[in-house]
Amino acid sequence: MLSGCSAGLRLLVPRCCVLLSRSVTSGSPGRAAAVDGVLSAFRSICGDDGVSLGEAVREQHGKDESFHRCRPPDVVVFPRCVEEVSALAKLCHRHRLPIIPFGTGTGLEGGVGAVKGGVCFSLRNMDQILDLHPEDFDVTVEPGVTRKALNSYLRETGLWFPVDPGADASLCGMAATSASGTNAVRYGTMRENVMNLEVVLADGSIIHTAGKNRRPRKTAAGYNLTNLFVGSEGTLGLITKTTLRLYGVPEEMVSAVCSFSSVQAAVDSTVQILQAGVPIARIEFLDEVMIDACNRFSSLSYPVSPTLFLEFHGSERSLEEQVNTTEGITQSNGGSDFQWARDVETRNRLWKARHDAWYAAQAMRPGCKAYATDVCVPLSRLPQIIVETKEDLIESRLTGHIVGHVGDGNFHCLMVMDPSDQDELHRVHLFTERLARRALAMDGTCTGEHGVGLGKRSLLCEEVGPSAIQVMQSLKDAIDPKNLMNPGKILV
Amino acid sequence: MSGRVLVGVKRVIDYAVKIRVKPDNSGVVTDGVKHSMNPFCEIAVEEAVKLKEKKLIKEVVAVSCGPQQSQETIRTALAMGADRGIHVEVAGKDYETLGPLQVSKIMAALAKKEDAQLLILGKQAIDDDCNQTGQMTAALLDWPQGTFASEVSLDGDKVKVVREIDGGLETIKISTPAVLTADLRLNTPRYATLPNIMKAKKKKIANVKPADLGVDLTSRLEVLKVEEPPQREAGVKVETVEDLVGKLKETGRI
Repeated sequence: MLSGCSAGLRLLVPRCCVLLSRSVTSGSPGRAAAVDGVLSAFRSICGDDGVSLGEAVREQHGKDESFHRCRPPDVVVFPRCVEEVSALAKLCHRHRLPIIPFGTGTGLEGGVGAVKGGVCFSLRNMDQILDLHPEDFDVTVEPGVTRKALNSYLRETGLWFPVDPGADASLCGMAATSASGTNAVRYGTMRENVMNLEVVLADGSIIHTAGKNRRPRKTAAGYNLTNLFVGSEGTLGLITKTTLRLYGVPEEMVSAVCSFSSVQAAVDSTVQILQAGVPIARIEFLDEVMIDACNRFSSLSYPVSPTLFLEFHGSERSLEEQVNTTEGITQSNGGSDFQWARDVETRNRLWKARHDAWYAAQAMRPGCKAYATDVCVPLSRLPQIIVETKEDLIESRLTGHIVGHVGDGNFHCLMVMDPSDQDELHRVHLFTERLARRALAMDGTCTGEHGVGLGKRSLLCEEVGPSAIQVMQSLKDAIDPKNLMNPGKILV
Repeated sequence: MSGRVLVGVKRVIDYAVKIRVKPDNSGVVTDGVKHSMNPFCEIAVEEAVKLKEKKLIKEVVAVSCGPQQSQETIRTALAMGADRGIHVEVAGKDYETLGPLQVSKIMAALAKKEDAQLLILGKQAIDDDCNQTGQMTAALLDWPQGTFASEVSLDGDKVKVVREIDGGLETIKISTPAVLTADLRLNTPRYATLPNIMKAKKKKIANVKPADLGVDLTSRLEVLKVEEPPQREAGVKVETVEDLVGKLKETGRI
């Protein structure tokens, strides 16, 4: 076994089903033979417990929270440190085996599906929080650290990491997918908050995108490798450390719910609130279909009409000012009185209901599958795109709930469809393409935060154009010439 | 009534840490391991601060017994809103053998000295799970106790406490001064904010020795051995029901 891992080693509880003599049965025979050949080498790197061929384990690592079907890898490995990741990658590189990084499996675009089989690197055992510098507002974490675990660790320091995509996702995974969330309107997305990455490339080389241990608040040094890897969805390398920008925990937080008589009024209010310069922390839109689903699922009783969930962060005096300005705007658009959530329990319940929208939508039609669209447009085009999308939903006779981070111009249409109804599936597919193209026509993007993954590769081509795609492909060819890193994602 | 509330806070290994037993089985590894305030103590502090914010009491005093590092835990309580702290210095061998009996003697002495109206503690610490200090302190002081509190309300010189018990919830009314111990659902503790952490640096922490309070720290307990629970073994798959029954008989289960 490698002695590279230092004091962070801990005993793994022996997994129940590692049958050492069983060999790979799925996929192409050539690849199966190749995987068989390296199994003992894998085991010598991460231990017998660190290599799994179990069917249940492989299936668990072949799917995420999207509707994309499970595509299990041939084998799952559980490295414990970057040296093991590097040694495993070198082996895969020599034997031309695809490498699929896996964090928490909470992605929404099928990013972890092993479309060409290969080796899934489950990074969850690398779960150390390293190098916290409270005075500098930065911390470095390994891929097994989730955002809730980090915030719990930080709770006595007065700092937090605010990017909140809903799921308790791996922070390195969030870097890989350029995740965002309900707080982005105030605190930004992963792109703005990742300062440095440690990455293992397909050939096993270990790089630090901003230089080892470096964490200046800003830099002009060389190509921006950090942001090249942020959002690369595992197609350029395995992220084994990320250095994150931290923020002070807000002194006070208050949330409010405001109902409107029309989508236009709610979205107009959003645009005006931002144009007024209110540093609003969260501004979420839910249409009446979504509110109805949330009411039922989370036992709430909000009026069933287009709604904004708002959250304000700041000192008590600053909150007063923010709230007054916002109320003035919502009232001028015919919005209802604010329903307040001041104490932490009520606020948590409110935002949980918002985050449970995914499940609430599915609960409206049990047995159905769900899919979330993710377009993002410039703020001024938001009213138009939401109104047109709702009209399209009605015309296409589809079940769609609109919920979104309207403060960023980003909204999700949560589609619920019967997997056995081919006609409905087809209509959903056409609808989502129309929606994506509608967003592109408005100078927007087909994916504000979920990533390209499997399903949006052709839309990416339309979005950035052939010349930019050419550049992306050249980068991919230069960094991963054998196309081993998560093949089949982002680029066609 | 003095309007003063004492809150006990204990420095423990952070709940998220994976505990490891020392090779000599004398205890668990604490060196270099992240420590933080016991979660139930956080809830106790939050409740005291809430009472002060509602202007039902006047001062919150955070108390911790332990080595130098216990001061960090007191600072966290100060950042959450406590007014001042008392650090009862216990170090070395005395700290290794410090348990609920000694702590409750210390708490009882301080409660009298500070003329406390209420003493609020966490119901138990997550390292020893003793769930004894609150009860012992109340007995030493001959004060009423409202333990496993999931709801606390002050009513003149009485306290209404809703307690979590096996059958459900029990509501009692006790007179002050009293000892309360906080259970999980009592409240959601606030996070310390940077400005409050800054302010907390200026708040006073008094140093006290157990001897000054007339407390003898001799322990009546001796830890003989600490071991990990047995490792979980792989399961066995069987083909038929007969095989299953046979295996269960074999291992003496039936």
